[in-house]
Amino acid sequence: MLRINCPHCGEREHSEFTYGEDANRSLPATDASLETWNEYVYQRDNVAGEHMEYWHHALGCRTWLKVQRNTLTHEISWVGLPHDMPPSQTEAQS
Amino acid sequence: MGKYNALNIAWQALRGNKNWQRAWRDPQPKSHYDVIIIGGGGHGLATAYYLAKVHGITNVAVLEKSWIGGGNVGRNTTIVRSNYMLDGNAPFYEMGMDLWRTMALDLNYNAMFSPRGVMNLAHSKAQYDAFARRGNSMCLNGIDAVILSRDEVLEREPALRAADQERFPIFGGLLQPEAGNARHDAVAWGYARAADQLGVDIIQNCEVLDFIKQGEEIVGVKTNRGDIRADKVGLAVAGNSSRLTSKLGLRLPIESHVLQAFVTEPYKPVVNGVVTFGAGHFYVSQSDKGGLVFGGDIDGYNTYAQRGNLPVFEDVISSGLSIMPGLSRLKLLRNWGGIMDMSMDGSPIIDVGPIDGLYLNTGWCYGGFKATPASGWCFAHTIANDKAHALNEAYTLDRFAKGYTIDEKGAGPYPKAH
Ligand SMILES: Cc1cc2nc3c(=O)[nH]c(=O)nc-3n(C[C@H](O)[C@H](O)[C@H](O)COP(=O)(O)OP(=O)(O)OC[C@H]3O[C@@H](n4cnc5c(N)ncnc54)[C@H](O)[C@@H]3O)c2cc1C
Ligand SMILES: [Zn+2]
Repeated sequence: MLRINCPHCGEREHSEFTYGEDANRSLPATDASLETWNEYVYQRDNVAGEHMEYWHHALGCRTWLKVQRNTLTHEISWVGLPHDMPPSQTEAQS
Repeated sequence: MGKYNALNIAWQALRGNKNWQRAWRDPQPKSHYDVIIIGGGGHGLATAYYLAKVHGITNVAVLEKSWIGGGNVGRNTTIVRSNYMLDGNAPFYEMGMDLWRTMALDLNYNAMFSPRGVMNLAHSKAQYDAFARRGNSMCLNGIDAVILSRDEVLEREPALRAADQERFPIFGGLLQPEAGNARHDAVAWGYARAADQLGVDIIQNCEVLDFIKQGEEIVGVKTNRGDIRADKVGLAVAGNSSRLTSKLGLRLPIESHVLQAFVTEPYKPVVNGVVTFGAGHFYVSQSDKGGLVFGGDIDGYNTYAQRGNLPVFEDVISSGLSIMPGLSRLKLLRNWGGIMDMSMDGSPIIDVGPIDGLYLNTGWCYGGFKATPASGWCFAHTIANDKAHALNEAYTLDRFAKGYTIDEKGAGPYPKAH
């Protein structure tokens, strides 16, 4: 069972959450090229390993969360709010 | 190596079954092949077989990282059907049905294809109308489809009576009488043995780690058993497609997802054909050994772990109990998961390129078992001729960029369609 440690509600079971998508994708500008839109709409990194993604705490606080999960093991190493970044990346940036 | 036949079985039995030969060789990889197929699942093995048989290309290797048949081809619920609506799909899957019907004779291996019928249950008038529309489009494509009344449904599957009287009254159903099941392992082993007999090298425990490039062209692969060169490299690794193409900097319109399946202890005959529930996601059939084999939805988050989680487990079982309450009395024998290549329109890709020397076969979602023969046949044609066959010409990689998606479900860009 995947359990997700919601920053608002604490550790809750997976069935309270809905999977969103890869959190590294960002919406192109409306007038971006068709190629850019194709990449955004259809193509995926489909990472094997550490993956940053969105989950919705649908049956809890109804917040969108950012979760770092290993797609090979299901292990969750970090949970934050959408604008947060895991400590390792925050350090790397400063 | 000899043919499998009744006489042979009797003769071997008399000699204590000590003289059977292995069904395919265990060769060392050569340094060069005309064609390398990565992935010893159903599609890879079928491709190698048709390359040798139809196109006379026998200097072929199938490279499998584990043992053949250990991937999705050995993990699926074996439903074989062609109840598709759209032009790009229907003729392809229907051609596959022809190959299923002759597979055992062609391969000299009993693939146990059993056309016991696939019946989709309708629980409302609206659903029944939608099925009638699907059935009509199937008929227009020359695929047999029969719309059934409630009584006809219950006559075929008396085990559904309980649900009909309780929470999910049955309005009718759509039946594809010539659809059914086949034996998953036998399909892999049959193609492997037949391909091997035509000279194909099946190399197990050989994982492709990277590609060898010369300029912009792919000229071979790096494996844990050394470098192997080839004029053409075909990719048929199902859920692992993006992992391999990422070595080439190539992103695919694919997400990898886990689908679980379940089998109960053997039980007396209770489900006659394949039944799909219309008010929840659940499909069931009964194996020849008596186990009820069933499944439902994918888990829903992208993953490469070949196991699922409990919420979907619970969901599948509760859908099952809604339509067949008697299931609760059976013990579950096994549960497992497989990683599927979920494409963004629910349809597959069988294409040349987009890099010279590379050929793609992917995007089977959770319906690629039934496609095994047609996919192998078309992929072999595409590799041999550097050009798609009419049957797979809609399955291009660039259809997404060009706006020619084949979206059977009408759900838009979404990697969770069938
Ligand atoms: C639970 C479940 C139920 C299903 N039910 C049905 C059904 O009822 N009907 C239906 O039509 N379809 C069904 N499917 C889908 C079907 O099983 C697949 O679409 C189909 O088997 C995929 O093609 P394949 O057989 O070639 O894949 P696989 O058997 O997965 O073959 C791919 C092979 O590639 C190998 N590989 C991966 N990476 C490498 C590498 N780097 N180097 C070398 N080898 C590699 C893998 O080990 C694997 O053996 C189901 C799938 C699952 C998981
Ligand atoms: Zn919460």
